[in-house]
Amino acid sequence: MSGTVVDNLQRLQAVGQSIGHNLATQLAQWSEPERRRTLAELVAREFSEASQEVASLLLSGSWRTPDDELERRISHLLASKNLSPHGTDSFGFAPAEVRSVVPYLEFLYRVWFRAEVHDIQRVPEGRCLLIANHSGQLPFDGVVIGTSLLLDRDPPRMARSMVEKFATSLPFFGTFCNRMGQVTGLPDNCRRLLESEEAVLVFPEGARGISKPYSHRYRMTAFGHGFMRLALESQVPIVPIAVVGAEEQTVNLVNVAPLAKLLNMPSAPLTPLMPLLGPVAMLPAPVKYRVYFGEPMEFTGDANDDDAVVAGKVAKVRAAIQAMMDKGLAERRGIFI
Amino acid sequence: MAKRKTLAVITGIGGRLGQLLVRRLHREAETRVIGIDRRPFLRKPSDVEHLRIDIRRKACEDLFRTRRVDVIYHLGLMHDPRQGLGEHYTWNLFGTKQILEFAQRYSVPKVVILSTGDVYGPQSDNPAFISEDAPLLGAQRFAGMRDLIAVDMFAQSYFWKFPEIETVVLRPAHIVGGVRNAVSNYLRLPRLPLLLGFDPMVQVLHEEDAVSAILAAARPGVRGVFNVVGADALPLRTLVGLTGKPTLEVPHVLLPSLARQLFQLRLADFPAAELDYIRYSATLDGERLRTVTRWHPQYTVEEAVQAALRSTIFDGGAERTVAGSGAGHTESV
Repeated sequence: MSGTVVDNLQRLQAVGQSIGHNLATQLAQWSEPERRRTLAELVAREFSEASQEVASLLLSGSWRTPDDELERRISHLLASKNLSPHGTDSFGFAPAEVRSVVPYLEFLYRVWFRAEVHDIQRVPEGRCLLIANHSGQLPFDGVVIGTSLLLDRDPPRMARSMVEKFATSLPFFGTFCNRMGQVTGLPDNCRRLLESEEAVLVFPEGARGISKPYSHRYRMTAFGHGFMRLALESQVPIVPIAVVGAEEQTVNLVNVAPLAKLLNMPSAPLTPLMPLLGPVAMLPAPVKYRVYFGEPMEFTGDANDDDAVVAGKVAKVRAAIQAMMDKGLAERRGIFI
Repeated sequence: MAKRKTLAVITGIGGRLGQLLVRRLHREAETRVIGIDRRPFLRKPSDVEHLRIDIRRKACEDLFRTRRVDVIYHLGLMHDPRQGLGEHYTWNLFGTKQILEFAQRYSVPKVVILSTGDVYGPQSDNPAFISEDAPLLGAQRFAGMRDLIAVDMFAQSYFWKFPEIETVVLRPAHIVGGVRNAVSNYLRLPRLPLLLGFDPMVQVLHEEDAVSAILAAARPGVRGVFNVVGADALPLRTLVGLTGKPTLEVPHVLLPSLARQLFQLRLADFPAAELDYIRYSATLDGERLRTVTRWHPQYTVEEAVQAALRSTIFDGGAERTVAGSGAGHTESV
């Protein structure tokens, strides 16, 4: 009896120590004079340039897609889907409802994140798997990839992402995801979507990737193998995608694992502004997104091969993403510009 | 010599689906019908025999001993949240065992059992197409489903125990129309409760489509488990909109306790666990039945909703107000 109490206290102490230690290391890093100077420079140099860019976008109104162009895109979506008389597909996607969301998507995509998209036309017609690195605490990387296919690809496509189960069970957000064509991340759902010639967006790092602490930025976590088995089974090309920028949108100092467990969430990040702003601190900073689409990759083989065999193929996709990410990081002038 | 007429036995004939099935058998096929139901059968056609007995009773066996039955339509499963689990278990499980044993002992070649699509249960992580091979999780939060899942699995064990009988287990989506089940009762409420922020995909099956699926499943050569899906799935709020009725938005943190109170005070007939049906999806894959039997639904969602709203509920005297968990039980009491 008293043993378990002591055990629990010890465990709690250990967790507290690790969180405290992590925090202390991070804070120590930031308080080095050199770091402080870079931070100040960054704010001074990048913020002024970024805010000028935002101001000119907002003043000229050039961030809005013209109405007729938007209408053309939406009607293409409507025409290319097999919809029920009530306007949804079997998964609950209602393309007509995309229309009312586009202004918000556009604002995020063109103004807030000023997304720069490379080689989007590499996304083929018909069934394909879009495989990207995952980061940023909240899945705005998915939003940006989805919006790019919707607004910048010709003809437009709707990315159907495999969403974390926790997210689809939430009120409002879960329903919103569902109407926007986003689907609970289950292999069976993915298989069916591919059968109906959809472009399915998968983040093989999953919750591990998106919730990694800031100190691990641009270090991809291990990839799951599920997507490769599905690609082999359904004979679909894989489009590797690297997202650069999302890592800096929300600074996760440390994951408070016990809190996540308590709230039944995949992770509970602690951000620097959270003591001040609470959950509002989870909103993304206006970082600049850079999205790189790679050449479609074809794989052949048995979908039920040993993990070791599949791992080799997964590693090729991961390497392709890594290469584009490295290039993107080398090219960029800053986080906000 | 005149060709011998097919002899069909229908359990739960006093319920809405039983009656619709009798009418269709009358119209479409040369079939004699014997019905078994404790409830009275109002407006019974004169050539239909009705045995007002409990299927669990020995007297039921005499019917099979003395007559050559060609097909059994087992619609007489009970799902009444007001009844105890004990009564549910003996009625549903023991009754089904009786029926299947009679079929085996007296060589009835075909048994069609109307189970329910609710055996899968609504969950946030359900796939968009639940296939017949999916695990039956419907009871994990709704204990009132346990006996129906047991019946479904029990019936399946007869596929291999007695392969000479063509056993069919049908798992229909929510049957909507004049039937008394949870979803039809829900649509008939003056004000439809919804959970704030939730809008699951739902599938409805017009009662006439349910009957034609039962008939399709009764054709020789068809055996196994089949989901029965009617018109395309649609969002719950769109379905509710088709009724033209006002709604009541309740936060999902409040409604379960409210529903529990109302149910206990007998002010509502929906047990709190059924609220999951207006929260999460449970949409079935109906492909297997369509490929195997070429059966196709004929009715739209609008027609099903209108059928539910139009119906002045037939009241079989002793029949209770029953809120079935959703799909196809002809509720016997």
